[in-house]
Amino acid sequence: MTDSYIMGSVRFIGLVLAQVLVFNHLNILGSINPMVYILFLYWYPVQENRTVLIAISFALGFAVDLFSDTIALHSAASLTAAFFRFPIMRFVFGVNLEFQNFRISGSSRVQQFSFLALLIGVHHIAYFALEIFSLSNLLLILKRIVLTSTSTFVFSVLIAALFSRRRA
Amino acid sequence: MQRIINFILRNKNTLLYALLLLISFLLTIQNNDYHRARYFNSANWLSGTVYNSYTSVGQYFDLKAHRDELLRENALLKEQLYNMTGTFSVEMDTSSLDFEVLSARVIKNSYANPDNYITINRGSSDSVLQDMGVISSHGILGIVERSSSNFASVQSVLNSKSNINAKIQHTNYFGSLTWDQQDFRIVQLEDIPRLNPDPMKIGDTIVTGAMSSIFPENIPIGTIVNIDLNQAGSLYEIDVHLFNDMTNLGQVYIIRNRKRPEILGLENQTNDD
Repeated sequence: MTDSYIMGSVRFIGLVLAQVLVFNHLNILGSINPMVYILFLYWYPVQENRTVLIAISFALGFAVDLFSDTIALHSAASLTAAFFRFPIMRFVFGVNLEFQNFRISGSSRVQQFSFLALLIGVHHIAYFALEIFSLSNLLLILKRIVLTSTSTFVFSVLIAALFSRRRA
Repeated sequence: MQRIINFILRNKNTLLYALLLLISFLLTIQNNDYHRARYFNSANWLSGTVYNSYTSVGQYFDLKAHRDELLRENALLKEQLYNMTGTFSVEMDTSSLDFEVLSARVIKNSYANPDNYITINRGSSDSVLQDMGVISSHGILGIVERSSSNFASVQSVLNSKSNINAKIQHTNYFGSLTWDQQDFRIVQLEDIPRLNPDPMKIGDTIVTGAMSSIFPENIPIGTIVNIDLNQAGSLYEIDVHLFNDMTNLGQVYIIRNRKRPEILGLENQTNDD
């Protein structure tokens, strides 16, 4: 139990630092910055309390907000992704979720990818929907949603592969 | 009562989500005012310290470029000094000067968002306060929006809220400098009335105007790359290519106008009457 707390804290701090020190400054094609801290929700234990997850996700988003001068944009987006995490999991993994020893790493690769892609989708739509209020050009927003989601997905898969436990 | 408690317990996730989302919205809305209490920015102690230690490693990679830039600027200043006609009849007294200049280092920069902020490693303990101008050796960067004791958050010219008084060099045609959030190299100069013949052409230099109590007059901003008229055809809409490369900022200068409190006090008095 203590192990999972320590693991969670390390992930929290590590992902926030990776996001604000590295990924916020990538600026691919001039303005695309992948938001890889969403991996926290992907890695979070399946059976844990949902209320706690929602609170932690808000804190996660808020920490990223503090560093990137985007008040409450990341908070709201990561909060929304956390709220929809359970419905997404039920949609992707189905009845398997009911099993006591269910692990995401034990499911098929297609399921893992679609889970991650749906999380990123919800998160990015929430993020850019809030940003829309300050951005007048609709086409620009759509372009940014598509490009940022794609880059976040690619980088998240790479990071997840880097830190996954080696399969026998 | 029992039912209410049960209802809350049953829907605690949704309620918590709604509550936190509401908080986020309130913070976002409050953030959209110009002069607001902006407490949660990267000028705070935590993010300031993290960014500062991070850039204190990274700055070594740019040392050569920064040194060349300083030499170039020094040469320019020396050239101006040697070509100055006449000598100063009065001994220069630094306490009587209008503008005070302070150096600082950029520890965090962004240019890909609709509202960009720059964080610098000077704060209220170096008497850096709200509404001081920030420039680099190439041209203007932005205005200090909020400072903590050791760091300050600067509203970049690449910010939808940015609005700086600017003019065409060697003329007195004023306008305001804004950003349409599209390209981090191009800002827009608006509100210059249409004149015949055109007072400017493509390639002309845009500098800060005298209407601002934040920047001294004639600080370079950029060159005109495109001239358009607004829909009514009465005002110009000018695209300005910034002299500054906003993606690569290192050493900057903070400008304090000693007369600003006096100007503001006078303006307030006139507005009240």
